[in-house]
Amino acid sequence: MRDAGFVRRWLATTARAVERDADRLTELDSAIGDADHGSNMRRGMTAVAAALEKEPGGTPGAVLLLAGRTLVSTVGGASGPLYGTLLRRAGKALGDAEQVTDDELRTALGAGADAVAQLGGAAPGDKTMLDTVRPAIEALPDYAAAGAAAARGAEDTVPLRARKGRASYLGERSMGHMDPGAASAALLFGALAEVAAADD
Amino acid sequence: MTDRALVGIVLVSHSDEVARSVARLAAALAGGGELAPVMAAGGTPDGDLGTSSELIADAARRADRGAGVVVLADLGSAVVTVRAMLAEGDELPPDTRLVDAPFVEGAVAAVVTASAGADLAAVAAAAGEAYTFRKL
Repeated sequence: MRDAGFVRRWLATTARAVERDADRLTELDSAIGDADHGSNMRRGMTAVAAALEKEPGGTPGAVLLLAGRTLVSTVGGASGPLYGTLLRRAGKALGDAEQVTDDELRTALGAGADAVAQLGGAAPGDKTMLDTVRPAIEALPDYAAAGAAAARGAEDTVPLRARKGRASYLGERSMGHMDPGAASAALLFGALAEVAAADD
Repeated sequence: MTDRALVGIVLVSHSDEVARSVARLAAALAGGGELAPVMAAGGTPDGDLGTSSELIADAARRADRGAGVVVLADLGSAVVTVRAMLAEGDELPPDTRLVDAPFVEGAVAAVVTASAGADLAAVAAAAGEAYTFRKL
């Protein structure tokens, strides 16, 4: 069973990973986007970490809702509403249970990913964060496998041609670069694997 | 025509200047009668390029006179942010509609139509129909 503390540790670990890799995310985004993904994600996740310190949230659902809301209101780019929707929708799916099973968490994240797909209209292979998020969720409840699947998913976006977002304007020139959103999503699921390994 | 509230318009752009300028242009082209409320929500609160859910929510509140609010967004995060806010349900006034419309032409059509006293559906339709005005 996973409690609010688990989700808080997950998001705090993600915030540290984003802080560490912010320059790399921005570098990826300068190749095919507008070079703000690292700074946007850093601003968002720093705000999430601060919000969770101020208002801890007593359930996994509440923590995810607060984190999602914070991302929507602080990021300033499309990754804000997209990551915000992923977490918020997952939080809503978990309701107010004090503890959730790994299967419940997987189902909730799946609902979040569905909402992201609906929001951005992206399909698998469009070179977006979903190319990382989907295989990671499919690998759950094996957290280590989910982290590995996320990293592979991000790597697999390199040859793809972007069909959504700012990078899609580049057409074929978007090929040969890792999608920045897929890269940041790999940090999110890498952090989840790390926190679960420490927990088990 | 003045006995009922006018539909409000919110213009969401990555750029504060774009949102304000298009709002001014649309208002100027709406003629001299009563003007529907037109609010700009461009850029971030710090004045950078980007999208702010806070500015959008504030603009929608100010544009809402009880007849509904039509939102136009330029692209990317502006569109996705408004859609995410609508999906949440409680962040925008109840009768808020994001329309699929060209930003400048749609804004002009929406403001002209709203200022004439049309209802929410008619204002939204007018904005969307702006896609069909060919220039050549």
